[in-house]
Amino acid sequence: MARLPASIPDLVAQFGPHLNREPAGGWTTRGEPDRIVPTHCCFCGQQCGIQLKVKDEKIVGFEPWEEFPFNKGKLCPKGVKRYMQDEHPDRLLTPLARDEAHGFQPIDWDTALDRTAREIQRIQSAYGQDAFAILTGASLTNEKAYLMGKFARVAVRTANIDYNGRLCMVSAAAASKKILGIDRSANPWSDIPKAKVILVAGANIAECAPITTDYLWQARENGAKLIVLDPRMTPIARTADLFIPVRSGGDIGVFYGMLHVMVQRGWINREFIAAHTTGWDAVEAIVERYTPDYAAAVASVPASMIVRAAEMWGPAETSFLLHARGIEHHSKGVENCMAALNLVVATGRIGREGCGYAMITGQGNGQGAREQGQKCDQLPGARDLENPAHRAYIAGVWGVEESSIPHTGLSAVPLLEAVHDGRIKGLLLLCFNPAVSLPDGDFIREALGRLEFFTVIDFFMSETARYADLVLPGSLMEEDEGTTTNVEGRVIHHRQVVQPPEGARQDWRIICDLAKRLGAGDKFAYQSARDIFEELRIASKGGVADYAGITWERIDREMGVFWPCPSLDHPGTPRLYEGWQFGHPDGKAHFQPADWRSAAEEPDADYPIVLTTGRVVSQYLSGTQTRRIGALVDQYPQPQCEIHPRLAGSLGIADGDFVRVESRRGALVVRAQVVKTIRPDTVFVPYHWPLDRSANNCTIRAIDPISKIPEFKICGVRISKAPDPAGDIAALEPSAGGVR
Amino acid sequence: MSELAFFIDYSRCIGCQACVQACEECDTHRGRSLIHLETIERRDSVQTAPQVCMHCEDPICAQVCPADAIKQTAEGVVQSSLKPRCIGCSNCVLACPFGVPKYDGEADQMMKCDMCYDRTSTGRRPMCATVCPSGALAFTTIEEIMRTRQGRAVNDWQFGDQHVRTKVFVLVPTEITRVNVAVIPLSSLSRSRPPADPYDVASLLEVQ
Repeated sequence: MARLPASIPDLVAQFGPHLNREPAGGWTTRGEPDRIVPTHCCFCGQQCGIQLKVKDEKIVGFEPWEEFPFNKGKLCPKGVKRYMQDEHPDRLLTPLARDEAHGFQPIDWDTALDRTAREIQRIQSAYGQDAFAILTGASLTNEKAYLMGKFARVAVRTANIDYNGRLCMVSAAAASKKILGIDRSANPWSDIPKAKVILVAGANIAECAPITTDYLWQARENGAKLIVLDPRMTPIARTADLFIPVRSGGDIGVFYGMLHVMVQRGWINREFIAAHTTGWDAVEAIVERYTPDYAAAVASVPASMIVRAAEMWGPAETSFLLHARGIEHHSKGVENCMAALNLVVATGRIGREGCGYAMITGQGNGQGAREQGQKCDQLPGARDLENPAHRAYIAGVWGVEESSIPHTGLSAVPLLEAVHDGRIKGLLLLCFNPAVSLPDGDFIREALGRLEFFTVIDFFMSETARYADLVLPGSLMEEDEGTTTNVEGRVIHHRQVVQPPEGARQDWRIICDLAKRLGAGDKFAYQSARDIFEELRIASKGGVADYAGITWERIDREMGVFWPCPSLDHPGTPRLYEGWQFGHPDGKAHFQPADWRSAAEEPDADYPIVLTTGRVVSQYLSGTQTRRIGALVDQYPQPQCEIHPRLAGSLGIADGDFVRVESRRGALVVRAQVVKTIRPDTVFVPYHWPLDRSANNCTIRAIDPISKIPEFKICGVRISKAPDPAGDIAALEPSAGGVR
Repeated sequence: MSELAFFIDYSRCIGCQACVQACEECDTHRGRSLIHLETIERRDSVQTAPQVCMHCEDPICAQVCPADAIKQTAEGVVQSSLKPRCIGCSNCVLACPFGVPKYDGEADQMMKCDMCYDRTSTGRRPMCATVCPSGALAFTTIEEIMRTRQGRAVNDWQFGDQHVRTKVFVLVPTEITRVNVAVIPLSSLSRSRPPADPYDVASLLEVQ
């Protein structure tokens, strides 16, 4: 097991997570705010508008922002309580250095920055440029995402930069690019209520994108039929017109079974296919084999459900398909998404009002942070790192030689594997908590313990930061300014609401200070986050994700601007593919054949049960922020294992019993929640918690060959009734990894 | 244009608790949530239902209060008990057909939803109905509801012999004009459930 500088209970006692339950100054003395600042929620890709109340330069509450058109004041519980991360007792207020005897000791900023720069140089000169890596996040603003990509390529000159969007959007992104030519939801959300049939595949919308619920229900009020694919009966599935309890990884069976029926009954738009697409024949050849019975066997659902779905989807006038991690978190995640998109394109129902497709981004800037060049294979403007013309253009913007820009590096999971086997010796990490969020948790934590040098920038001491040599206190979204791009492709403006507390610094300033120490100060001479945005506009110009015509003033005036927006007089592009002009050079959509194949680890005699993982509505990602907010922790205090009464009964497990969930890689102990709302061959554990409560102790380190997304949604486990957990870890508060 | 009113559509609720969390944030509530979110039967279903005070035209809670501690504003909002008068007897808790008032031991008085009186009296919408992401709670005009929703908004209730009219509306199927809450005999509760439970995923998978 990897080494930590102090015991976990000692680190928790010093750095939390502790719970903040009251606004600054308490409930009773809040009074009238000095100002109310309209901005956006930082939790999840919906990026709801919200107003934060400020009194005495502290954020003390929120007020709904009803004028913002996407959510019109609506919020989920995370949005309501987001302000409780401000004025938090766990907030890091000084750089900290690992001290083998005492955990961490405060040091001054100059010493910390000097040492980080020195270690980057030492490791690179001893082991090579790529032996120092950078990991970043999809909750960063566009400005910071852009900055991190440039910092890696220009200041550190390492190929190895990747981000936690690798755990989120990459399967959808790759499929969308391959078939439609552009990686973005095809439609604005205002198209959803205009669709006559809506198919939701692998998206627990009520918990992971709650604001989208109202759009679905509006569609239903207008007479739409709703089809939901999920191994669990989620709140959206409960009242759907057709709920298909597909087995995890069986979605292609439903998509192609539907297509099979649609081909037979003439519900394919052959005129559109002939004029505006390529590759249909290969898809049709595969689909021919997906008779309802074969499709039903792949999906492990009754064939009648698949036929019914085809009857609803096939002849509809208008339709909308939404998908999320449920079909994307697979070692065939890209193929799942391609099959879903084939189903859309075969009808020609895309690129017009009420007709289209969307991937539901999960992370705060899930869309924007994947366009600005912090992926291991990408340059700003969603450009390709291996395209000579793209490299040359960006080299010009950056004022560097094209040849100096490193080539494709390792994606997140292989990058941690390279840390584990010693090829990567040093790491700078911002906005990522792999100790909780990456699969095969024991392996990942072991890797973190093997780094020669490790700097983390964060505002709280995450479980990952505990492994760091240096922890630099960064900034919350509301302490900096910048843009993000929401689930629709709408670029929006996060306003600075307050200054960072004394001792903490804005992330972009920390990075620029490091760049200066690495001898690249002239390339990072920004005076403000806006300066970075202005450069980003130029860097994205002519790219797929073109922000050239977007200014902060336009965003404020127009309540967001949809990319591509190539010039100041361009209105932005809420709906892609109008006039059936697709994103490929030939203007066509490119069908992609993909047959179903099994997961990396299907259940077997030793590990006979499918484990699938996901979120709960009151927590966000690895919980670094939301496990520190009392009201959200109270709502769902600790992970539970959802298990069907039939399976529970066969294992002698009753509701509330402690159960041990064990895979070939690791185990966790949580309480059982016996519910009829899940398939009897599958259990579900949400992943937001650390240590012995981490679902990722069990998940498998298998990745999709194209997108490199990990297979969070299926692995084999066995389950047994467990004695009451004892020991130091179990005794911690549940928000820290304990259990009650 | 008629005045703004409160509407509940139980079928839209997703149980996210945004209403519960936001209720605490209403300035006069000071960290105390006064809305109830009921989980119907988690073992069987993810169904949930939010319950605000229905603000009866002739409030039963006030009728049964021996201390005359429960008052209605001119707009018809039924308020929490008046602290100097409330004797904590919980008559109101027992009498309310909607199960809304609760006796708060710490405050030693009955506390309940006041439709965010500090907000609605200054032209703002109640916290819960503003944030509700599913539209299960809405504060708008009856015209807007009729334009955007199926079904009918009703505020007429029959509880056994007791007829109640409320300020708050619920959305129900069009054929219903009054919600008739029947008395369920205890003997029927022991009856076994139908074998094909539409919300049991296992039985869904067995459909041929």
